[in-house]
Amino acid sequence: MNFLDVLLAGATLGGLYGLVAMGLTLQYGVARIMNLSYGEFLIAPAFLTYVLVSQFGLSPLWVLVLAIPLGFAVQWLVYQLLLTPLVRRTGAGPALEVDSILATFGLLFVVQGAMLVVFGGNYYSYEYLSVPIHVLGSTVAANRLLVLVVAVLVGGGLYALLTRTRMGTVVRAVSVAPRFAPLVGINVRQTSALAFGMGGALVAVSGVLVSMFLPFSASMGTMFAMKALIVVIMGGVGNLMGCLMAGLLLGFAETLVASFVDPGLTLAVNFGLFLLVLLFRPTGLFGKAAR
Amino acid sequence: MNSPREWWAWGAGATAVLGLALLPLWLQNDYVLSLLISVLMYSVLATAWALFSGPTRYISLATVAFFGVGAYTTAVLGEVLPWAGVLAVALLLGVVMALLVGLATLRLSGVYFVIFSFGLAELTKQLVTWYEVNITKEIGRYVFVDITQQHIYWQLLGLLALVLALRALIQRTRLGLALRVIGEDETVAVHVGINTTVVKVVLFAASSAFITVTGAVMAPRWTYIDPSIAFAPVISFQTLIMALLGGPAALLGPLLGAAPLVLLFEFLSASFPNHFSILLGLVFMVIVYLVPNGLVSLLRRKGGRP
Repeated sequence: MNFLDVLLAGATLGGLYGLVAMGLTLQYGVARIMNLSYGEFLIAPAFLTYVLVSQFGLSPLWVLVLAIPLGFAVQWLVYQLLLTPLVRRTGAGPALEVDSILATFGLLFVVQGAMLVVFGGNYYSYEYLSVPIHVLGSTVAANRLLVLVVAVLVGGGLYALLTRTRMGTVVRAVSVAPRFAPLVGINVRQTSALAFGMGGALVAVSGVLVSMFLPFSASMGTMFAMKALIVVIMGGVGNLMGCLMAGLLLGFAETLVASFVDPGLTLAVNFGLFLLVLLFRPTGLFGKAAR
Repeated sequence: MNSPREWWAWGAGATAVLGLALLPLWLQNDYVLSLLISVLMYSVLATAWALFSGPTRYISLATVAFFGVGAYTTAVLGEVLPWAGVLAVALLLGVVMALLVGLATLRLSGVYFVIFSFGLAELTKQLVTWYEVNITKEIGRYVFVDITQQHIYWQLLGLLALVLALRALIQRTRLGLALRVIGEDETVAVHVGINTTVVKVVLFAASSAFITVTGAVMAPRWTYIDPSIAFAPVISFQTLIMALLGGPAALLGPLLGAAPLVLLFEFLSASFPNHFSILLGLVFMVIVYLVPNGLVSLLRRKGGRP
């Protein structure tokens, strides 16, 4: 593997990690709820794409468009139906953190178990745009480039949405000062549900992208959720650009270790990085955290 | 130990342990014995988990990291060292690992610790797998030690008695008081001069030591182990949910959760092997939504005691 191959592979993987983590940082940064079942809602759309593409011959790009409202609706409902009772019960106090972790943990098992029942433990994939493209003397599959492009577009779009629109300002206000947001007429619970839904849309899009270029299995969700968490904490909770940078960093680190040391040690790299960040920069790599 | 009531409690505890110890002598049914071993194993794990997490309210998913290390200690050293030596090494490993991890991470709170502890279990599993694949070139080991089911039962019972006694004693020391303050409000604890990091690390080490030894004791039961058996994440999850069902703050809470849930999980995994994960998740959610403070608090409310 030459340097450019590593660069491209790392950028694709990192872009994907960044995108997955952006959704989680929205959910955690605004709604203050750590959604441990997040990864399952990445794998579920991947399976949906697999079924739609291989059974009905739909183009994955159409599924990508479909995934946005669907993912939004699912996570919005999860927040309204499952998590609102917990927010009410605990009065958003410290007990909420523990309770929501446990509730979403239970949800993780339910969704993962359902997928295992339907699809079994095997790896799935389908052929889409797996034609080689030559970029500056290096060869890369077209689907990987597409993933990178979509990740950049979606990430940029989200950034614009949050920084340039009224809705985005409301979301950021809740993220920065949840106790003072009601003073200016913001409905914190509705905004939290909105952020949860936006995170859901992002993770669904990421799931469709994953299905385009990686083989996936029903039990892979936890791994994605872990990596997303690591990226979120590295980037600083609620910091979107930090997320993207940390995602890329993780992607490069993994690719480097996998190609030059040992593919079996990528997870060790993940946790090594995570631990270093937690010990030395607990608020994230990029200055002060948003909260 | 001042009041007569406490003497009665200790006496009742000792009698219960003695009664349970005599049980396998006339019990001829292997299935019931193995079920009892599972109940005891999770009772020790849940009580040891609650030893640290009950008062501090840290949610640890690292149970299986220590459990697996213990199991591997037996697998590697079982034929080399006498049994007591194996357990001593496991104990030592557990304490050292807990001190390293604890010193590095117990400053983290809330969700960071949850994630980290889960990651620690996965990391340990990956490192052991990597070592076995690349260095010993063989995944999986046979455990040849001269330990019968009855021995396992007695050793687990001994561990359970120890960990319960330790919890009961800690509650009456300065350490126990410090722990309760940390659980209520860590900022206040720092302000009244409690060295919260030291307290947490000490407790974490004690809790982890018990879990590691439990792993070492349990290993002979399998005769064959590989990383996916010894480091099965479901052990952490089940320990957590059992402790929570009973109520981790109370001394006997984890026992109250472990006994029914071991039987329930045994029944579920035998009857619905393909749907076990879904059912486990539902049990989780039912407990979080319906029994948020544990069975002990429900019983207390019914009994009218504060």
